[in-house]
Amino acid sequence: MAEKLLEVRKLTKRFDQAQILNGISFDVAQGEVVVVVGPSGCGKSTLLRCINGLERINSGEILLRGEVISGQTKNLHRIRQRIGMVFQSYDLFPHMNVMENLLLGPTKALGRTRDAVIPEAEAALKRVGLIEKRDALPRQLSGGQKQRVAIVRALLMHPEMLLLDEITAALDPEMVREVLGVVLDLARDGMTMLIVTHEMRFAEAVADRVLFLEGGNIVEEGAPREFFHSPRTDRARQFLESFDYEAK
Amino acid sequence: MDWTFVQKFTPMYVKAAGLTLRIAAIGIVLSMVVGLLCCIVQSLRIPVLRRIAAIYIELARNTPLLVQLFFLYFGLPKVGIKLNSESCAIIGLTFLGGAYMAEALRSGLEAVELSQREAGACIGLTNLQNLRYVILPQALATAIPALCANVIFLIKETSVFSAVALADLMYVAKDLIGMYYKTDEALMMLVAAYLVLLLPVSLLFSWIERRLRYAGFGDTRTV
Repeated sequence: MAEKLLEVRKLTKRFDQAQILNGISFDVAQGEVVVVVGPSGCGKSTLLRCINGLERINSGEILLRGEVISGQTKNLHRIRQRIGMVFQSYDLFPHMNVMENLLLGPTKALGRTRDAVIPEAEAALKRVGLIEKRDALPRQLSGGQKQRVAIVRALLMHPEMLLLDEITAALDPEMVREVLGVVLDLARDGMTMLIVTHEMRFAEAVADRVLFLEGGNIVEEGAPREFFHSPRTDRARQFLESFDYEAK
Repeated sequence: MDWTFVQKFTPMYVKAAGLTLRIAAIGIVLSMVVGLLCCIVQSLRIPVLRRIAAIYIELARNTPLLVQLFFLYFGLPKVGIKLNSESCAIIGLTFLGGAYMAEALRSGLEAVELSQREAGACIGLTNLQNLRYVILPQALATAIPALCANVIFLIKETSVFSAVALADLMYVAKDLIGMYYKTDEALMMLVAAYLVLLLPVSLLFSWIERRLRYAGFGDTRTV
């Protein structure tokens, strides 16, 4: 087993009276791709948001390379420089063109020079097939293009891991493929990722391990082949059947 | 209409208009600074300071400028602080304008989606960097119409400065009426002077707002 990159220990999160995460624990190893699936409202997104401090946790611990990163309120930006995140709604900065979107983090947060980052940003844009859009404004891009830019924006920070929160949920089906292609590429390059998705085929293709979350608990955890083809729990089976029905 | 009167005293109005404009310009620039500071303090949720900003805004917006000026001009000397009328005018205008600018900026800030703030945070920006590079530029664009309206409002508010013996447009008009009883001419010149000052500003702002709308950025959700 490779080095543990992320450790989540007995994490609980409540919003007012509602218990969202019920003391869940899991690890993510260096280079591992872990996919979190589960019904809406099961706490998947909240889990990701807790990890990079967008939500404060109620109890438990989160460790990055053995160092506790939860429970802090100061210097959250330093943790976020190490853990990239991409959202469902892309959230490119609408007042900046693609290149400026990409440069902001590396130049302002990491203090690198523009000249140093530009070649790297151009190479990354080439890789996702968007070099000709370097001067375009976000509103001139399709959803799939925006999401690819958002992924590149996160990658240029050289994060130790990436959190992907339903990054294809707002996309038309034909655009889903181009975005997931980029993520599959990253997985092959050994990027550590924690992915929340509703694309079950993609999940099976990309995951080293699957966590099935329901009601704030990890109900089942296993290799993608086993989970998707012979789930051990009834709840997971029912959940997967609901997708079969949609496919028919 | 006595045109020789108009001719004779036009230079006085021009001079007063210059003073009005100068005080207004200084006051408006300072108002923007005060408004921006209030906004930053509130947006970053800095303890104590944000309460002070909130109290200041309510105090400034809910008292008339004339009362504020009387306080500065007649009240402060009682505790040993003597200000000339020009300083009173600038401080008064800034005190009032800062609160209005802060409110205009706040409406702009609130229009910036929370997800933009989170996206900025997620690329590792500090709160201040996030505000400066991600949130404020978008907030300012949204707040421009309200800020422009405030500028025109504040220029007009300068008409109360005559009350603290500042020789602005209003003061000159009242003075001439008092000396020569040429009420019609003096008031007509006063109206003309304010129009000459304000119309170009108003037209310029309409143009800026139009430009801004055409250049409007926005994600798919707002287009």
